[in-house]
Amino acid sequence: MDEIISEFLIESYEGLDQLDQNLLALEESPDDTAVLKEVFRTLHTIKGTCGFLAFTYLERVAHAGENLLSLLRDGKLAMTPEIADALLATVDKIREILGTIEQTEAEGEPEIDDLVARLGALAEGKPGAAAGPQADAAPAEGETPAEGEAAPAEAAAEGGAAAEGETPAEGETPGEGETPGEGETPGEGETPGEGEAPGADRIGDMLVDAGAADRTDVEIAAAEQSLGDDRKLGKILVDDGRAKEAEVESAAQAQKAPTRSSADSTIRVDVALLDRLMNLVGELVLSRNQIVQLVNDKDDNEFTASAQRLNLITSELQEGVMKTRMQPINNVWNKLPRVVRDLSNQLGKKVRIEMIGKETELDRTIIEAIKDPLTHIVRNTVDHGIESPEDRTALGKDAEGVLILRASHEGGQVNIEISDDGKGIPAGPILAKAVDKGFLDADAASRLTEKEAVQLIFKPGFSTAQKVSNVSGRGVGMDVVKTSIERIGGTVDLQTEQGKGTTLNIKIPLTLAIIPALTVTCDGARYAIPQVNLLELVRLDGQGSSGRIEELHGAPVYRLRGNLLPIVDLRSELGLDSPDDDVINIVVLNADGHHFGLIVDTIEDTEEIVVKPLGRQIKDLKLFSGATIMGDGRIALILDVMGLAHGANLLAGAGEAEIEDVVSANTSLVDERTLLLLGLGDQQQVAIPLASVERLEEFPIEMVERSEGRLVVQYRQKIMPLVDLGATIGMGYGVFDDATHVSVIVCSFGGHTVGLAVREVLDIVSNAEVLETISSDSESVVVHGLITDVIDAAAVVSSVLPIAYTESAEYSDHGGYDAYNESPIGV
Amino acid sequence: MVRQATLDQLCTFRLGSLYLGIDVREVREVLYHADITHVPHAHPAVRGLINLRGQIATTIDLRTRLQVDEEGSDRRPVHVVVQSEGEQVTMLVDAIGDVIDTDAEIYEEPPSTMVGSARELIVGTYKLDDELLLVLDVEKVVQLEQPEVEGVER
Repeated sequence: MDEIISEFLIESYEGLDQLDQNLLALEESPDDTAVLKEVFRTLHTIKGTCGFLAFTYLERVAHAGENLLSLLRDGKLAMTPEIADALLATVDKIREILGTIEQTEAEGEPEIDDLVARLGALAEGKPGAAAGPQADAAPAEGETPAEGEAAPAEAAAEGGAAAEGETPAEGETPGEGETPGEGETPGEGETPGEGEAPGADRIGDMLVDAGAADRTDVEIAAAEQSLGDDRKLGKILVDDGRAKEAEVESAAQAQKAPTRSSADSTIRVDVALLDRLMNLVGELVLSRNQIVQLVNDKDDNEFTASAQRLNLITSELQEGVMKTRMQPINNVWNKLPRVVRDLSNQLGKKVRIEMIGKETELDRTIIEAIKDPLTHIVRNTVDHGIESPEDRTALGKDAEGVLILRASHEGGQVNIEISDDGKGIPAGPILAKAVDKGFLDADAASRLTEKEAVQLIFKPGFSTAQKVSNVSGRGVGMDVVKTSIERIGGTVDLQTEQGKGTTLNIKIPLTLAIIPALTVTCDGARYAIPQVNLLELVRLDGQGSSGRIEELHGAPVYRLRGNLLPIVDLRSELGLDSPDDDVINIVVLNADGHHFGLIVDTIEDTEEIVVKPLGRQIKDLKLFSGATIMGDGRIALILDVMGLAHGANLLAGAGEAEIEDVVSANTSLVDERTLLLLGLGDQQQVAIPLASVERLEEFPIEMVERSEGRLVVQYRQKIMPLVDLGATIGMGYGVFDDATHVSVIVCSFGGHTVGLAVREVLDIVSNAEVLETISSDSESVVVHGLITDVIDAAAVVSSVLPIAYTESAEYSDHGGYDAYNESPIGV
Repeated sequence: MVRQATLDQLCTFRLGSLYLGIDVREVREVLYHADITHVPHAHPAVRGLINLRGQIATTIDLRTRLQVDEEGSDRRPVHVVVQSEGEQVTMLVDAIGDVIDTDAEIYEEPPSTMVGSARELIVGTYKLDDELLLVLDVEKVVQLEQPEVEGVER
C-alpha cells in the first residue's frame, strides 16, 4: 500500500478513537470548548487529508460533520443527543470508509447521502428532520430531500476549496480565523506545519490567567499585532512594560512544552520489529544463562566480573524491551464507553461507566486476547445486569446504573475487576435453564449452593452464542469468555449478590512470551509444563508403588488425599512403553478446572522459558503448545496441558461424572484409609485419617506458650491451641518434656484450628498397607508389623477443648477411637 | 511452466540414487550437524526440531518425504535450510552437491511414469549428460498433510 495512504489510515484511526471518547465527553459537558476544538480539529485534519488524497466521499462526510461542529463550537447550536448520535454515526461512517480504503486502497461508493443530509439538517437547526434519515432512507418531510441534495453539493464544493486552499499539514487552528491577532503565538512560528498542540493555550490567555498581565493590555497588544506589528505578543507586552519578561518567558516555555512532548518524545515503531527485538532478547537471555553457567566452573575474576555485568545489562534490557510491548489497558477500555452508551440507549437504560487504573500496562498480545472477552462481559452487564431506570427507582436505587472497571498489578499478574450495581445473577432461572438443557437433574440442582449455581453460566453450551464478538452480544457465551481468559493463563471468578450487583474478577499474566515452567523428562527428552497449570508434585517411592495406581473402569487413578485423581502416563501419550518402576513421579495438573496426574520419568527444575511457536508441520499436534530453547541450547517441547487432558479423554463429560460419582461413594472409605502415622515416643505409634489433617508444622519448643492454662503457639497471626496427643490418650512420653522441637498436626474443626502435638510424624500409609480391622467401632490396624490405633482426631480434641466440641460433633459419628473410654492397645 | 523462467541456478544434492535440485535463492544455509529434538506423534517425515541460532526450525527427512528407501542408516545427513512462509525448515539430504547453472534447452516436465508422492513434489527435470536432475517444489515438500490418525487420539 502507498505509504502516504497507510500513514493516513494509522493517523485517522487514532484520531477516530479519540473522537469517540471526546464526543461522549461532550455529551456529558456540552460546554467544554477545549474538547469541542479537539473534535473539530480531528475531523478537519481528516477532511483536509482526504481532499489531498482525493477521497471525495470521505471528505464530504467529514466536511458535513465539521460544519455541524463549527456551529456547536461557535455556540450557534447546543449539543443534543440527536447531534451526538449524528456525530457518532459520522465517526462510524468514516471508519467504514477507512476500512474499505485499507482493503482496496479506494473508497468505493459508500452510501453517505442520508448521513450528510442528516448532518446538514441538524446544522440548520432542524432536529426533527434528523430522525427521518436515521430511521428510514426516504422520509416524508417536504424540505428534507431538497436540503439533502443541497448539503452534499455544498459540502463537495467547500471540500474542494478546502483541499486547494489549505494543505492538510497546516492543521489550521480553530478560532484563528475569528481572532486573527490573538491567535499569533510564539510557539506557532517555531513549529511550522505542526499545528497547535491541543493543550497549548494562547499566550495572552496564559498570561492573564497567571496574573502576569492585564486582560486589556493583552487585547491592546493583540490589536497592535493585527495592525501589522510583527513582534510576538509577549514581546509587545514586555516592550511596553506591561508584563515582566521572565513571566512571559516562562509562559512561552509552558506553551511550547506540550507541543514538544507529543511530537518529539514518541515515535511509531512497527510491532513486527518489537517482536523481533523481543525474540533476540530471549536469545540473549539464554546465551547469558549459558555464560553464567560457564563462569561458575572457571576461576577467573575478570571473566566473572564481565559476566556479572552482562548478566545485569541483559536483565535490564529484557525488562526494557518487555516494556516496549506493554500497552495501557485503556487501549481496550476506551472502546467500552461507546459500547455502553449505544447499548444502554438501545435498551432504554441509563448506565454510567467508571474506569479506574486505565494506565495499568499489559503485554500487547494479552491486550489483544482480552479485548473481545471484556467487551462481551460489559455488554452482558448492561444487557442483563443493570435494571431499567424505572425498576431501579422502584428499588430505591439511583436511576443511573454504575459499571466500574478496575485494573491493577499484583505480583506479576494483572487483576481486572468488572462490577455493577445491578440486580445480580439469580440462581433460580439459571438452575432451571441448566436442568432444561440437561446439564444436571433436578435433584442435583436442588443440592447446589447459590454460588455453585451461578458458576453454571460458565458451562460450555449454557448459552447459544458460539463465538465472542462485539456484535453477538445477547444471551452470551460466558463459557467462551472463560475459555478465552484461561487460554492465556488467566482465571475468572464471579461473585453476585441478589439485588446488589455482580463482580467479575479476572486475573491474567503480564506477558505470554516468557513464562515460568517446570521441566520434566520422559525417555531422555525434556518437556516443559507451564507453571500456571501446575498444582503439586507427588512422588511414590518404595516397593509396590506401581500398585498404588489403581484401575477404575479401566482408567488409571490415584488416591490423592481422599480424592481419585485420574492418571495420564506421559510415556503412553508419547507412544512409548511404560517400564515397571519403583519410583513414580506424578505431576498434578489443572486443565480448565479438571485435575489430573501426569506420570513422568523425572522432575527437573522450574525456570523461565521463552515460548516459541511451532512450525506449521507440527502445529496441529494437540500435545504441544510450543517449544523453547533450554540453557544448553537444546530444544524442549512445551506440553499443552489442555491437549493432554483432551487426548486422554479426561474432559469428556460422561467419564468425568462417573469418576465423581465413584469418588463421592468412596469418600468416607478413602478418608479413613489414608492414614498419617505418628510416633508418640517409647516406640508407640498411632494413626489419624489424613483427610482430617490440614498441615504439618514443626515449632521450636520456645515458641510454645501458655495462655489461660492451655498450651498454645502463635500460628499464622492467630493463637492455636496445642493438644498433647500422647498425654491425652495416655500413650508414649509427654511431648514437651525433653524435646527441642515439637511436631504439630494442624487440624481444623468447625472453623477452629487446633494443633496436635506429637513426637514425630512417621509416614503416610495408604490402604494397601492396612491389613486388618480389629473391631468395628475402635479401629486398629497393622502397619509395618505394629498394631496401630486409628485416632479420631475430632473426638480427642473435643474431649480437652470444649469450644471445638459442638461444631465437631459430627466427626465423632465416624466410630473412631475415643481416648477416654477405651484403654489403649499398646504393643 | 512459470518457474522455469525464473530458475537460474540450482543448488543440488543427493538422496539415495536421486540427484535433486532446488532454486539456489531458496536456500538459506547448509548445516552439517545439529542436535535434533524428536517430536512424538509428528508426521513421519518430520525428524524433529533443531535450534538454528535461537530460532526453532522443523527438520523434514527428505528420504521419508520422497519415499526413498532407508538404506544407509548410518549416514550423516546434511541440513538444507529453507525459508517457507516466514518459518525456517530444514531438509535432510544425504550429501550436498554443486550449484549449477540451468539450461532451458534440456528442461522437461517430470516423466509421467513417476508415481507416488515424489511425482507431486517434482516440478521438472533437467536431462544432464550423465543423469537426470530432478527439481523439487520446496513449498510442496514442506507442506505436510497431517496423517489421519492424530497422535493423541485414542
